Formats: sequence, C-alpha cells, structure tokens
Amino acid sequence: MVGARKRPLYFSIIIYIILAVIAFITLIPFVWMLSAALKENKDVFNFPIKWIPDQIKWINYKDIWTRIPLKIFMQNSVKLSVIVTFLQVLTSSFAAYAFAKLEFAGRRVLFLAYIATIAVPWQAYMVPQFIMMSKLGLNNTHLAIIFLQAFSAFGVFMMRQFYMSIPSELCEAARIDGLSEYGIWSRIMLPNAKPAITTLVIFTFVNTWNDFLGPMIYLNSTELKTIQIGLRMFITQYTSDYALIMAASVVALIPVLLIFLSLQKQFVQGVAASGIKG
Amino acid sequence: MALKSRAAKVRKKQLARKRKLAAGKNKLSTKNNLIAYSFILPNFLGFAVFTLVPMLFSFVLSLAKWNGVGMPQFVGITNFTRLFRDEAFTRALLNTFVYTIFTVPFTMAAALGLAILLNSKIKGRNFFRTISFFPYVASLVAVATVWRFIFSPTVGPINLFLSSVLHIKNVPMWTSVSAPAMFFVVFFSIWKNMGYYMVIYLAGLQGVNAELYESAALDGANGRQKFWNVTLPQIAPTSFFVLMMLIISSFKVYDIFLNLFAGGDNQLTSITRVIVYQIYNTAFRGLDYGYASAMSMILFAVVLGVTLVQFHGEKTYGQQGGES
Repeated sequence: MVGARKRPLYFSIIIYIILAVIAFITLIPFVWMLSAALKENKDVFNFPIKWIPDQIKWINYKDIWTRIPLKIFMQNSVKLSVIVTFLQVLTSSFAAYAFAKLEFAGRRVLFLAYIATIAVPWQAYMVPQFIMMSKLGLNNTHLAIIFLQAFSAFGVFMMRQFYMSIPSELCEAARIDGLSEYGIWSRIMLPNAKPAITTLVIFTFVNTWNDFLGPMIYLNSTELKTIQIGLRMFITQYTSDYALIMAASVVALIPVLLIFLSLQKQFVQGVAASGIKG
Repeated sequence: MALKSRAAKVRKKQLARKRKLAAGKNKLSTKNNLIAYSFILPNFLGFAVFTLVPMLFSFVLSLAKWNGVGMPQFVGITNFTRLFRDEAFTRALLNTFVYTIFTVPFTMAAALGLAILLNSKIKGRNFFRTISFFPYVASLVAVATVWRFIFSPTVGPINLFLSSVLHIKNVPMWTSVSAPAMFFVVFFSIWKNMGYYMVIYLAGLQGVNAELYESAALDGANGRQKFWNVTLPQIAPTSFFVLMMLIISSFKVYDIFLNLFAGGDNQLTSITRVIVYQIYNTAFRGLDYGYASAMSMILFAVVLGVTLVQFHGEKTYGQQGGES
C-alpha cells in the first residue's frame, strides 16, 4: 500500500477527533431512542438528559404489541421485503448478464431504456401507475407493492456494472469449453458477483422495508399495512406516548439492522476486494 | 505472466471463433439474440408493465382532465398554464429547489470526506464504516421521529440546551419557521444519506490505481496535490454518478418532509411543501389526476434536464475508467 510512510502523530489525532464527532452525531439518535424507550412517559424530555433512567420500564416493550397490531405489521414487512429482494436479485442478475456479456440486436436501445428510467423518479409516474394497478384490481393488495418494487432498473444497472469488471476472457474460455450461456451465468458470473449480490440484497431489502410512500398509497386495510405506515399511524394516534413510540421505533429498526450487520462483513469486504488487490 | 500467455491463447481462440462466426453468422445471431432476450425477459416484463407503460401514460394524462371515473377529457395544455398561476405549486417548486441546492453539495462533500478518511489505514475503520451506514438503513419513520423529538421547539433537548445552558431567548422554531425548518430537514437528510454515498465513493476510491499514487509520490507530490491531481480526476465518474443520484433523490423528496413536519392528517404547511407533496395531494386527495400528472411532468422535465447534462459530461469524463 501507499501509506507506508509514517503519519505525524497530530495528524492521526485530528483524524480520530473528526471520526469521533461523526460517530457521535451518527449514533446519538439511536442512543436517545433506546434510552427513551425505557422511560416513564413524563421523563422522556427531562433536561439534562438522564441516559439511564432510575426505573427501567421494560414493560414498554411488552405494551406496544397490545396497543397496536405490531405483529401483523412486522409480518407484512418481512414477507414483502423477502419476496421483493428475491425477485429483484434473481431477475436483475439474470438480465444484467445479457447486457454485460452478450451481443444482440437492440442491446443499446434496451439498455438506454433502462438507464433512462433510473433517472425518472417513481414519484413522476406514481399516479398513472396507481390508476393502472386499480384497474387491474391490485389496489389494497400486497401484490401491488411487489410489482412496484421487484423489477427496478437500478438492480439491472448495478449488476451490469459489476459484471463488466469480470473479464470477458473468462466467459469466452467457458464458451469454448462448451458451457451454455445459462451455465456461464450460474457457474461463473454468480459466484464472482457475490459482493455485488450482497450489496443489492442489502439495498433492496432496506428499501422495501423502509418504503413509505408506496404502502401509503396502496395499502388501506390495517391488516395489510407494513411496519412503516403502521408505526406512523401509531405515532400520529398516540402523539404523547413518547416512550411507547420510541419502543415501537426500536422494534421497527431491529430486523433491518440485523440484515445489515449479518451481511456487512461481506459487504465491506466486497467493497474492499473490488479495488485494492489491483 | 502465466495469465498473459493464457490471455494470448484465449485471444487466438477468439480469432478462430470469429472466423467461424462469420461463416454461419445469420443463423447464429438469431440464436444468440433469443438467448439474450431470454435473460432479459423476466425482468423486462415487470419493468415494461409497471414502469414503462405508466410513464408513457402519464404524458397522455397530463393533457387531460380526469377524476378516475368515465373517460379522460382532452384539455390540451390547460393543466400546464394552470400550473404557473398556482401559487401552492410554485411555492412547492421553490422549496424543492432550495432543499436540493443545500442538500446536494453538502452531502457530496461529507460523503467524499468520510470515504477518504475511512479509506486510509486507521484502526477501527470497519467499525466506523459500519456505523456510518446505520442512518441509511434505519427506518425513516423511526429516526425522523427521534430527530423530531430532539429538535422539538418546546421540549426538545437542543432547544432546552440553547435556552438553559447558552441562555438564548428566541430559540429557533425548527418545525414551523421557514429557514430553521429548511436547516433541520437538510441536516436530517445529510445525516440520513451520507453513509450511502460514502460507500459508493469508497468503492470509487479503491478502484484508483495505486501506481498513480506511487508515481505522484516519486514526483514529490504532497497529500493535497495527490488529492487534486490523482484522486479527484480518477473518481470523476463516481462523482458524476453520486451527483446524478443526489439531485434526482432531492427532487423526489417527500417522505422526509412528511415524517419531520406533518401531523396526523399528513398535511404540510406552505413552508415545507415540496413538489411530490403537491402531486400526492392533487391526485389522491383531490382526485385531479390530469393536473397531478402535469405536475409530474415538471418533475420529470427537471430530472431529464439534469440527466442530459450529466450524460454529456459522462461522455467526456466517464470513459477513462472503463478502458484500462
């Protein structure tokens, strides 16, 4: 590596101070949330802040499950996120192979169509899309959310970019050895694209889990709602139950943080592996 | 070395294959096309039906008057002329511009700065990388609520700190006065999204050829010179990508504003209304689909303009990374 030369000490100290400040601002809301979730309602806004309350109210975490249908909201979000992520990763890693490694008529035009729509925000066509979905009888169904999320152009673009970095000679050699294109995709591209797939899984899962506007437009029945709109409903209904709101927020965060933390090692490695070895 | 000779062999085989290809080209290319389409089809079906078609539909709809019942009625450009006299809309447009102008450069700078810090050899960098991604993965509704509490004008710790420790009398009304509200939402947006762009920059930085730094060091370049003359030009494609993504995501913002400022009725006041809020309200509350689609066209036009500029820029900047 380049940094073999020794850095002066004061330089390192400054870097660590900057990082500490960033870490503080990054984490403070989470810490505040955890702390407030264990407090009595009236103590949430006491100042100066008491980070560990005298009397820890674990019961808040029990109460939220009975105050709102939190379990249903969580189940809906898990179901939708898993299905969407699976479809997204499968179809876009498949399509991306053709765009990256195959020659065919209309490749440029098709790819341009994909690229062009990445730029167009969903919000610009959410109205006609809603009308279409309604005419198809998909309004107020989970299917609407799945169709909405699972075929994004972004996934295709991302996978294609990664495939481009895999040498074409590898595919060429495999082709000469008699592997079909599907075989090349499953045996050469997919194993080599693990970092990209991991990244796409994180992005898709997180986006679907956290999506707000889509479920807000499409899901009206309480039993279909996702955790995001369910949580928002709770917040606006019980505006002064600060501690419970925070406890519910913590619960809403956990799955997505777990996904991220369990994949992040591979994720960070994946990002790292793409360059340094060079 | 072994790799090189292998590559040469493969190239020879490629040449042979090309000759063969030329012979039975037409037959082969039809087959190749079909194989390629079979790869694309599963994604393309969903993409075409649920993205392309509605997109085209919205052009038609923007020239019509329709409340969802019966047939749409063609009204020409009436919707568009109405837009420019609509104060609520122009205000929303302005708010969106202001938000974009502040959010984009600060997020970019913060993300790049953080990426450079976390690309250097420091202890605990994986820890810092991981936590800086937390806000991005965290549910918007949850973290927006926390920040809303923290910035609460009356009971929030920030204003309590300002008034009781710093003895500031007129504490900012973060949620109801224009400038502080804009500060609040821009701050929140940077906090929420910079980890995402940091990761993209990190990937870009790690793609920079280490030899370039070595030769720059041999030429006696210092850290700052390396940054301006090696790092920045080398990651120009990444910066373009980040810039494009940031501008587009700023223009389509709505959920952040909704969760930071709106009450139970999901309504925003004029200082925090953005374009997408207007679209949403006009379509789903007012059932004025045609007019809402005309608003969408403005959003579309702005984004298209930005993209064209960037596309042009990418032609000049973007190539260098691809060839090596």
